[in-house]
Amino acid sequence: MWKRFRSNIGAMVGVAILLAVILIAVCAPLIYPHGPWQMVQRPFLPPMSVDGLPLGTDTLGRNVAAQLAYGAQVSLLVGLVSTIVALLIGVPLGAVAGFYGNWVDEGAMRFTEFFQTIPNFALAIVLVAIFEPTLASITLAIAIVSWPPVARLVRAEVMSVRKREFVDAATLAGLSRPKILITQVLPNTVSPIIVMASLMVATAILLESSLSFLGLGDPNAMSWGYMIGAARTVIRTSWWLSFFPGIAIVLTVLALNLIGEGLNDALNPHLSRKGRA
Amino acid sequence: MQHLLKATTFLVAAALAAPAFAQDDGGRLDIVVQPEPPGLMLGLVQNGPTQLVAGDIFESLLRYDTDLVPGPSLAKSWEISDDGLVYTFHLQEGVKWHDGEPFSADDVVFSADVFLRETHARLRASLAYVDKIEAPDANTVVFTLKEPFGPFINAFETGTMPIVPKHIYEGTDFANNPANATPIGTGPFKFDKWEKGSYIHLVKNEDYYIDGLPHLDEVFYRVIPDAAARAVAFETGEVDVLPGGSVENWDIPRLAAMDNVCTTGKGWEFFAPHAWMWLNNREGPTADKRFRQAVMYAMDREFMKDVVWNGYGKVATSPVSSRTNFYSDDTTMYNHDPEKAKALLAEMGYDGTEVRLLPLPYGETWQRWAEAVRQNLSEVGINVQIDSTDVAGWNEKTANWDYDMAFTYLYQYGDPALGVSRNYTADRIKKGSPWNNVEGYDNPELDAKWAAAATMVKPEDRAKIYAEIQKEIVDDVPVAWMQELEFPTIYRCNVQDLVTTGIGINDGPRNAWIKK
Repeated sequence: MWKRFRSNIGAMVGVAILLAVILIAVCAPLIYPHGPWQMVQRPFLPPMSVDGLPLGTDTLGRNVAAQLAYGAQVSLLVGLVSTIVALLIGVPLGAVAGFYGNWVDEGAMRFTEFFQTIPNFALAIVLVAIFEPTLASITLAIAIVSWPPVARLVRAEVMSVRKREFVDAATLAGLSRPKILITQVLPNTVSPIIVMASLMVATAILLESSLSFLGLGDPNAMSWGYMIGAARTVIRTSWWLSFFPGIAIVLTVLALNLIGEGLNDALNPHLSRKGRA
Repeated sequence: MQHLLKATTFLVAAALAAPAFAQDDGGRLDIVVQPEPPGLMLGLVQNGPTQLVAGDIFESLLRYDTDLVPGPSLAKSWEISDDGLVYTFHLQEGVKWHDGEPFSADDVVFSADVFLRETHARLRASLAYVDKIEAPDANTVVFTLKEPFGPFINAFETGTMPIVPKHIYEGTDFANNPANATPIGTGPFKFDKWEKGSYIHLVKNEDYYIDGLPHLDEVFYRVIPDAAARAVAFETGEVDVLPGGSVENWDIPRLAAMDNVCTTGKGWEFFAPHAWMWLNNREGPTADKRFRQAVMYAMDREFMKDVVWNGYGKVATSPVSSRTNFYSDDTTMYNHDPEKAKALLAEMGYDGTEVRLLPLPYGETWQRWAEAVRQNLSEVGINVQIDSTDVAGWNEKTANWDYDMAFTYLYQYGDPALGVSRNYTADRIKKGSPWNNVEGYDNPELDAKWAAAATMVKPEDRAKIYAEIQKEIVDDVPVAWMQELEFPTIYRCNVQDLVTTGIGINDGPRNAWIKK
């Protein structure tokens, strides 16, 4: 499987970009020990105009490079944690619904639909506005709007797996229903979940950026969306303030998508498109 | 004639510097109004946009220049008795309301004593000092006070005491009078049309009582909801004047650099917007005077002025704005001194308790300002978290004292007794309002001084007391004074004499003219 993944050039590029972003995020406090908010130079310095400020300074004279590095922390953290939380909600719900069927399935799916009918972004805005915008509330809001597709996917997978012979074998062997679900059925649904999770991280990063752009970010956390939102009013005079965080978001989301696709091809070789190894 | 004038202008301009010529008549002025006013009846509504537009329609007895010296308006002259109790105004003759009815002293008495007493909270506070208002003849009005009230001479500004027509309002329900939609005043411009969401159109008052005024034929107040769109409208020539606060600060240098564009910081003296942070004097680290002083030393307010406000404004050194009367500079100056701040924090034993900072939710500038403050404070070891909020939340939190530090700014109305003492005296500590003594500063000794200074007759005596107050209160740091805000007005250079008074554009079109 790793071999198939490795031979996928796109996926490897994605991994490389993602590793670089992770490295920058981890090293941010080492490179910029004073944090992203320190006002270091005159405001509105263009990139490369002063030594040590390769990406220039923002409206308050803060180092754009430092902001980008610390922004990577927030984006990755929010993306990862909200995805984990969404999986923690979606996987059990979908698994139980798909495995037990009948009224359990009915109830769980109506509940899921309730969330699916409300537009994601609108719901996220409302949730963040109700709780005060902090990293925790933003992460939670993103998790709450992103679990329904997981539940749907897991349910479908579980439904197809539970009809297989080895499940019947397990039943005959005397295993309890919950045990069959956890030890026999769920492990067979992992690969699509992994693929979906990698894409969810990308979506979560975009959601967080959009919220921050609208001014609903945590005012104490530097994030890429905040940078673009703050630069919006000066976009005509200082292009670099929105350009670099924009590029950062594009690259990270692209990398995650490439990885997701690579994982998909690697984990489901039968579905992989023709012409590709 | 016009050709001759043009030719001469050209010749002289070519030979020398700008010449002074007779004012040209005619033309129209397009001014941005933001946001759209809720109404134009100045006696009922006095928020900023209303004052901007209705200041051309309504007038009061006096006008104030940019040094806040009173001058004639509807009153051509006035006397104040030596004991400071009797104010006698002699009115202009031949003044007509916009509907043709003659204006007289009865209108003034009706406006001040009946109409505004009911509708105008800020004026009502000043009128509490007034014993009676009388009109001995058609052109004379006499205000008799119960006790001397120094700032009373500043009460005759258009937005403070607009004179409204008695013949239209007497005996009616003021708030629901149909005439409110088509306001009738004595001012240099008449109301013509209000296209909601688009523009308000005023036309020249041909019967204005001063010969030759106004010069302009018409004034359009344009409603453009988005700051960037307002900047574009100015760039394309669609509007001629951007009153202070119409565009984001960082757009100002770009617009000011255009050809034939002038800016001025004048025209805000009467309001003198003063910005500070409420520091909660009741609880938490901010209850300790040393902490509050440390906050002052920790901040690089000069930098904030230069960067956040693009250099517009002035660092505030006292509760009284240096642009108004009774400012004193004989006070402790809090320069940027992080070491001193750290020493003060060490002395009080500050343990790193988190301090919440509430920015004013008025857009990017205020958000950046809060970030700069947080950064400065964190550099001396103060642990600051910015709370985010909307306007309603800001009102609610400050009014109910649920904050540690909170940005605000308020107008001073030309006199400490009108616009300053309200934020520092103990009798103004009341939950539920974000405009009074929100910080909870309680200093009975100073309370007595504030009260004494308000009712003194001689300005010199008042100045002495106010200087004493400032000296003491600045050491106490009840709030962290930030900046005397300046909202530059941006306009085309060929618009002349636009800002000549302490209220700026509000009554600017009266004298404005367009150079041909």
